[in-house]
Amino acid sequence: MTLADYVSRIILPLLGVGLVLTLYRILRGPSLPDRVVALDLTATFIIAISAVYSIASGQPSYLDAAVVLALITFLGTVAFAYYLHRRGGNE
Amino acid sequence: MNDTLIAIFIGTGTFFCLVAAIGVARMPDIYMRLSAASKASTLGTGFILLAVALFFNSTAVTGKIVAIIAFTLLTAPVAAHMLGRAAYFSGEPLWKKSVRDELGSGGEWFRHKDSTTERPDDPPSTIPDTVSNEAPAKKPYESKSK
Repeated sequence: MTLADYVSRIILPLLGVGLVLTLYRILRGPSLPDRVVALDLTATFIIAISAVYSIASGQPSYLDAAVVLALITFLGTVAFAYYLHRRGGNE
Repeated sequence: MNDTLIAIFIGTGTFFCLVAAIGVARMPDIYMRLSAASKASTLGTGFILLAVALFFNSTAVTGKIVAIIAFTLLTAPVAAHMLGRAAYFSGEPLWKKSVRDELGSGGEWFRHKDSTTERPDDPPSTIPDTVSNEAPAKKPYESKSK
């Protein structure tokens, strides 16, 4: 069993299961901060999946997507947190 | 040898990512979910990216991976702290079995309250000496609009 087989048969399905679990929390989460937490975790999962897929396909170009996603996710989460703080705390 | 090391690293990283996802799906409280999501997923992604760096074994890829790991380690705690703070101040309830609320009326923060934080309606200043084991019934500054 080569490394690419190991990645695409075992690791990618497991990460997919994790993605489905976070999707469950996004759909069900009782309030907005729950959904923001789940979205943050979803972005982290997509970083991990694209890194792992670069092993499975042998192409290091997928890492560029991971870099960009790591940069964007922080801004998104901070923007959501700022919005929540403005919405809930000051009025 | 190298392949075995890569496989072990990917397996460990996937395990931690999966633990984070299960924590987010199963924990009863937003603060516990936040804790599970931020810490375990950072560790898991770090392991997976380390395995990718070992697999490609070139300078360009390793540079990118060091950048991703450093940025994740720097920003994940900051984002989690901002989210938890925003959630608390927008009146998100704690779990009903939570023992202690440090930001609430019985906690440490309230005794050293400074004047810059404004609370709409302060509770009466009777602070219990011993922290009771029951969660506060109502937040003193719970938001009116849900």
